[in-house]
Amino acid sequence: MNLFDFSSLNEMQLDALKEIGNIGSGNAATALSQMLNRPVMIAVPRVTVLDYQTVTDRLGGPEELMIGLLLTISGDLTGMIMFLLQKEFANMVLSDLLGEESFDVDNDMGRSAVMEVGNIMAASYVNAIASLTGLRIELSPPSFCMDMVGAILSVPTIYYADISDKIIYIEDEFNNSINHAASHVLLIPEVEALQKMMRSLGLG
Amino acid sequence: MSRLIVVGISEYNIAKNGDVLVTYALGSCVGICLYDAKMKIAGLSHIMLPSSQGFNVTFEQEGKFADTAIKRLLQLMTREGAAQSRITAKIAGGAQMFAGLNNSALSNIGERNVAAVKAELMRHRIPIVAEDTGKDYGRTQYFYSGDGKMVIKSATRGEWHY
Repeated sequence: MNLFDFSSLNEMQLDALKEIGNIGSGNAATALSQMLNRPVMIAVPRVTVLDYQTVTDRLGGPEELMIGLLLTISGDLTGMIMFLLQKEFANMVLSDLLGEESFDVDNDMGRSAVMEVGNIMAASYVNAIASLTGLRIELSPPSFCMDMVGAILSVPTIYYADISDKIIYIEDEFNNSINHAASHVLLIPEVEALQKMMRSLGLG
Repeated sequence: MSRLIVVGISEYNIAKNGDVLVTYALGSCVGICLYDAKMKIAGLSHIMLPSSQGFNVTFEQEGKFADTAIKRLLQLMTREGAAQSRITAKIAGGAQMFAGLNNSALSNIGERNVAAVKAELMRHRIPIVAEDTGKDYGRTQYFYSGDGKMVIKSATRGEWHY
């Protein structure tokens, strides 16, 4: 078995992925904004084919403390969705949502609330992709991890390591309008899923 | 002054003259420290997957897999004068970062990595003298060529010396 080369994607295919990221994150941001009852900004998504080292460096270095929410997608498309949240972002969402300072990602109640937020956002994200592509997508419940970002990202990296040296990330950045706490969502499709998405958009 | 030599994911390297090897944020990956105490030659390998079997592995990809990476690291160390019969190992990592994933390929990868590393070290007759593996948190691993000490740091749980 040879390793797959993601850099074989052409400009038009990358643009299509960017658009998918755009629509997915737009929907997820709307869901978050409705939950919080305040505006949520999203940056223009970046579609990048990157190695692990570059991604972790961009997120503040491998030892940066972050919250990772991992959901696997199955059905017509297989892959993962991962939310990476700064702790401040998660705590801000919690205090907005529940109106109490006592909810914190350091306790169980806070964690399960964050997971539920991730669940709703991920569902909005994949629903957008599903209606765009006409593909059926199922979502697993989220799993929570607060640790070094390098250790969190090693999970998808290992999962795809037997397919490729690099991972394609569709990365979206969410910003709260008041402070600058940020979160990222990464859509990490498998090779076959990538090809299906392309075909469904007439770009295969 | 000793230098700090960074070993990235699926890389391996050696250190001498009191230099220090480090690999950051091991999750389900395993960091393998090898040491020849007489020559004070240290080696560190950060592997991601248990076995290269079934892959057409290029030289650059050999650092990914437990079997090929350990072989290459041993070659590098013996070329510098280390004797395989003197080499001992300290290993760390192989955590399960996300609990309750219903994906078998992912849920026990840390465990499988640790098992593969142990089997490979046994095959080369290298004793494991210290181990900090499993559980559910990330680890940064330092390895000192001066005395063969391994230091493990976690994000929130503290620091351990081996």
